[in-house]
Amino acid sequence: MSWRRLWAIVIKELRQMRRDRITLAMIVGIPVIQLVLFGYAINTNLRGLEAGISDQANTAGSRALVMDMLATGVIAPVARADTPEGLMAMLRRGDISVGVVVPPDFERRRIDGRAVAQILVDGGDNTVQGAAVQLAQVPIDSSIADSRAPMISTPVEGRISIVGFYNPQRRSAVNIVPGLIGVILTMTMVLFTAIAIVRERERGNMELLIATPLTSAELMIGKVLPYIAIGLVQTSVILALGRWLFVVPISGSLFDVYLAAGLLILANLTLGLLISTRAQSQFQAMQMAFFIFLPSILLSGFMFPFAGMPKVAQWLAEVLPLTHFLRLIRGVMLRGAGLGEMWVDVLALLAFIAVMMAAAILRFRKRLD
Amino acid sequence: MSAGNDGVAIRARGLTKRFGALVAVDHVDLEVPGKHVYGFLGPNGSGKSTTIRMLCGLLTPSAGDIDVLGLNIPAQAEALRRRIGYMTQKFSLFEDLTVRENLEFMAEIQGVPRARAAGRVGELIEQYHFSDRQKQLAGTMSGGQKQRLALACAVIHEPELLFLDEPTSAVDPESRRDFWEKLFELADAGTTLLVSTHLMDEAERCHRLAILDQGVLVADGTPGELTRKLAGHTFIIETDEPRRAQRALVDAANVLGVAQVGNTLRVLTYAGDEPIADGAQQYLQQMLRKAGQPASVQAAQPNLEDVFVAVTRKSREQERMA
Ligand SMILES: Nc1ncnc2c1ncn2[C@@H]1O[C@H](COP(=O)(O)OP(=O)(O)OP(=O)(O)O)[C@@H](O)[C@H]1O
Ligand SMILES: [Mg+2]
Repeated sequence: MSWRRLWAIVIKELRQMRRDRITLAMIVGIPVIQLVLFGYAINTNLRGLEAGISDQANTAGSRALVMDMLATGVIAPVARADTPEGLMAMLRRGDISVGVVVPPDFERRRIDGRAVAQILVDGGDNTVQGAAVQLAQVPIDSSIADSRAPMISTPVEGRISIVGFYNPQRRSAVNIVPGLIGVILTMTMVLFTAIAIVRERERGNMELLIATPLTSAELMIGKVLPYIAIGLVQTSVILALGRWLFVVPISGSLFDVYLAAGLLILANLTLGLLISTRAQSQFQAMQMAFFIFLPSILLSGFMFPFAGMPKVAQWLAEVLPLTHFLRLIRGVMLRGAGLGEMWVDVLALLAFIAVMMAAAILRFRKRLD
Repeated sequence: MSAGNDGVAIRARGLTKRFGALVAVDHVDLEVPGKHVYGFLGPNGSGKSTTIRMLCGLLTPSAGDIDVLGLNIPAQAEALRRRIGYMTQKFSLFEDLTVRENLEFMAEIQGVPRARAAGRVGELIEQYHFSDRQKQLAGTMSGGQKQRLALACAVIHEPELLFLDEPTSAVDPESRRDFWEKLFELADAGTTLLVSTHLMDEAERCHRLAILDQGVLVADGTPGELTRKLAGHTFIIETDEPRRAQRALVDAANVLGVAQVGNTLRVLTYAGDEPIADGAQQYLQQMLRKAGQPASVQAAQPNLEDVFVAVTRKSREQERMA
């Protein structure tokens, strides 16, 4: 291994990158756009959602509760139904996006301290999900203070339950931003290295390079190093924007956040290298990267809760770097855990990196056939 | 040391490359003496690039033995890579790097001693006339300029052996002379050069050359030897209607090739065992008279193009017989 040749590759990559406007735009553009797009999706300040009401109790207390909900301005009543089933049908048709159900035994429940009402939401739509959370904050006791019933001392929290349809997991900005770091890194990093090598093959540069003393390891490592820096820049952009736009906290140490990100970056870059030894064209490299990207998004726990997936899907997910990264980053950012406590996932990522890098270097031939 | 013990830089025996059913290189025996400019002449698809790639260890031969600079190829290809320069047929430098950046990169990769690298890059920029376009992106240069840069990069580490695959295909005739002067300077300095081409005037400049046709080496030697050994006679025919005369001759027996050069025709006939050209001369005159195109037929000095036409035609004829 010659450090000089390795460094020459790094410098060359950086020089080429500087002149490649599209790649440069992708480096900063993708995180910003993704974050802002997701930001709208998780914006909970919504008004005037079309709502259906089914007040089966129809008591003074229940009417007051519904009035209070309407008074928040979050929902606007467009339909009424006699039964929750009726509301669900409307929800399914898309006539309404929120349904408020007050059960016939409303008064009884109020006294027992059980949930007094249900909000049905189209959970496939994140904005609605957020709005429902807001609705559920409506204070029950104040709305029925003028009724004959005695004051209830049980906590307000949880008295209105939210039932989300079509989306098993409730998400929020706090939950999404850490995951988004992983998704964006998976989306860009695999492609960067895969394309960086396949492009050289397509343009004929590779025939020149393999006829020189440059070794496979020098070429592969030299290609990866500049993109580690790029990945860390992207991580910083997402963290800063997440903090500034959505006030996402970092409970654990910032160093651990970057360390976890660094591991995911390396895992994806080495995976990209392996793809590049297989792909014949940039288009093929893109197809293969996409082939990895889809299961990463679907199975890693970013979209659906990991625990709810079938066993086979869980095994598959364990092979994906994003799965382990999500556990790490959520642990660090949300729960304030240290990487040391989650060493299994750290080890899994390290093993993935080692296997991918070795496979890529071994598979890369300094031959044309 | 620029070559093996006996001054031979490249030796190949029975070199063969198959791509599926296609035999791209067919049992080629080759011997390239050191410090020479050795030409590879052949039409498109004759296997020039494939042979060069096998010689520098980029393609694995289907059969045959290769010895380059005393190294067994492809087994010792890695050791060979430090000692050769290779200029690919297609421009393979980085189009999004500048002239200077490309040279600097190749100097690092080829291990030009650090103390010498900067000086060497400056030297090449000077010698190859890039002083006023050091900062131009390689991709924006003309075809000829790109080839000049590719040659500069190929020689940056002063290799003992240079493989140049059609290095002047985009170079104009004036600059080509300049280009070839550089090649001879390198040979004088002790470098062995293997240059592929399909241009006759370039082939004529080589110290020695091999003619490839459909993967088969059909002739080799110095340009002088090849023309002397030519198994045919060359004639110049002066006529007012060259195209009609040409039609009268192309299909005649023993005529290997008829080429129009301005108002004259250059005819190559197959001589067989007959060393004297007189018979052929009379035969041609007869053919022309029969076609109502009487013209003067004069014997001429054969050149390399005649050799090329003769040997490639012969190999095709043999193939048809087989
Ligand atoms: N990788 C390959 N796979 C299949 N066939 C190939 C491959 N490389 C070359 N060939 C075939 O081998 C033959 C020789 O090709 P080669 O490139 O060596 O010719 P060449 O003499 O360099 O021609 P040119 O003057 O056009 O460059 C051609 O018929 C070509 O189609
Ligand atoms: Mg060729």
